[in-house]
Amino acid sequence: MTLFYLFGGVAVITSLLVIAQRNPIYSVLLLIASFGALSGLYILLDAPFAAVIQIIVYAGAIMVLFLFVVMLLNAPHEDTDLDIRVHPMLHPGAMRLGAVLAVALVGELIWALTNSNVSGSFPAGPVVSVATIGRRLFTEYAFPFEVTSVLILVAMVGAVVMAKQDSAAKGKR
Amino acid sequence: MTPFLIAQIALTLMVFVALLSSAAGMVYMERKVAAFLQQRVGPLLVGPKGLLQPLADVIKLMFKEELRPRAADRILFALAPIISATAAFAAFAVVPFGAETTFFGLLDQPLRLQVADVNVAVLVIFAIASMSVYGIVLAGWSSNSKYSLLGGLRSSAQMISYELSYGMALAGVLLMANSLSLTDIVNGQSGTWFGFVPRWFVFLQPIGFLVYMTAGIAETNRAPFDFPEAEQELVAGYHTEYSSMSFAMFFLAEYINMVTVSAVATDLFLGGWHGPLLPASFGWIWFLIKVGAILFFYVWMRWTLPRYRYDQLMAFGWKVLLPVSVVNLLVTAAAVLAFGL
Repeated sequence: MTLFYLFGGVAVITSLLVIAQRNPIYSVLLLIASFGALSGLYILLDAPFAAVIQIIVYAGAIMVLFLFVVMLLNAPHEDTDLDIRVHPMLHPGAMRLGAVLAVALVGELIWALTNSNVSGSFPAGPVVSVATIGRRLFTEYAFPFEVTSVLILVAMVGAVVMAKQDSAAKGKR
Repeated sequence: MTPFLIAQIALTLMVFVALLSSAAGMVYMERKVAAFLQQRVGPLLVGPKGLLQPLADVIKLMFKEELRPRAADRILFALAPIISATAAFAAFAVVPFGAETTFFGLLDQPLRLQVADVNVAVLVIFAIASMSVYGIVLAGWSSNSKYSLLGGLRSSAQMISYELSYGMALAGVLLMANSLSLTDIVNGQSGTWFGFVPRWFVFLQPIGFLVYMTAGIAETNRAPFDFPEAEQELVAGYHTEYSSMSFAMFFLAEYINMVTVSAVATDLFLGGWHGPLLPASFGWIWFLIKVGAILFFYVWMRWTLPRYRYDQLMAFGWKVLLPVSVVNLLVTAAAVLAFGL
């Protein structure tokens, strides 16, 4: 139980610090620390596979891309002055939209937490073995799994098309 | 404290010290082999045959002044070498290097020659390898220097690209062994075919082995893929601004990563501690010989092949290595299904 509070505390504190940072690089690093704490929680739940995948996929692959983009834009500090040079997401309109979305998220979370009937300890065992996870993923959950992979494929093709258009436009100039 | 616990702690300390000294040994070997390949004599003056040269280097590094550029990000600049070195040491924790032993009856239960026995060991190594990118990337960014930043950017792009092929090559072996535990994988390679060919996975997965070795060189940023620190273009790449012990930690991490990649290759493809002549309790000697051979191969490659161009590296990774490893994985999966290997 001590370990649960340790990992949980680290996850909550680092997640809060992520949005309290001015420097995006620090935000990215704190998010990685938060993922690490989450992975510790998975290990406490007897799910080493989920824990390691959490590190490989989120902390390892996705966050490296985040860091890559932040470094490439080389933005050590967020600009808070509202002028034309500022990113469109930081204009008042975008910020109001963000506030609406945040309220919606909090509402959803409260709804989910009050309506869920999951309580007590859930049965250990089925989440432990990699073979079991694989089998269930490709039989019981085959449809959601395939839909997700198609979604990712579409996103990938979209990214390639957009990148190509950009370079083609540059070539014409 | 039980004798078993004491043995476990002693083993952990021993692995730590062995990794530290293997880095020193690698520096000596690297310089001697390089000298041999270039018809020089190499280090000669410090100690007999220059054997104490790495020690002299370490002492020099320790007494050098620790410099930090004024524009550098203080926290991250200090953190980056620590991440690199920690990740390098941590990855070796799940690598088994010998059969279970009771040390000739000294212990009441057999001790595994491995720091931590994890049933998803292969994935843990993969996860820690993906963490070690951060040391290099943060070093590049926090130095606030053009050369460092370019080195860090190159490194992250290169490691993301080659990690895919690295993982695919591992997956082929995992399918054959039907396990994610390195100990099980090594034990699946005991015995021989026709009485003389060892049952190593390298014979069943030759393409996987080649892909693994190539991606391993790229992952450890060694020549011919040493773009993060290409001297002619980037001075010293991501560690341009580092000096003294923080530089030494990057250096240490690079060599320990090489040792880990070689040790994992030995466990996955070369039968780990299985070998003829020696009894099972001395299997770790075979392990050391195999790891040494792969390390020598790495050094040999570095001083034989010239560095590629950066676009060639990316094209090779995505257009050759990745398709080859995917096809290899598909064929392996089909073969395992059809013949139940």
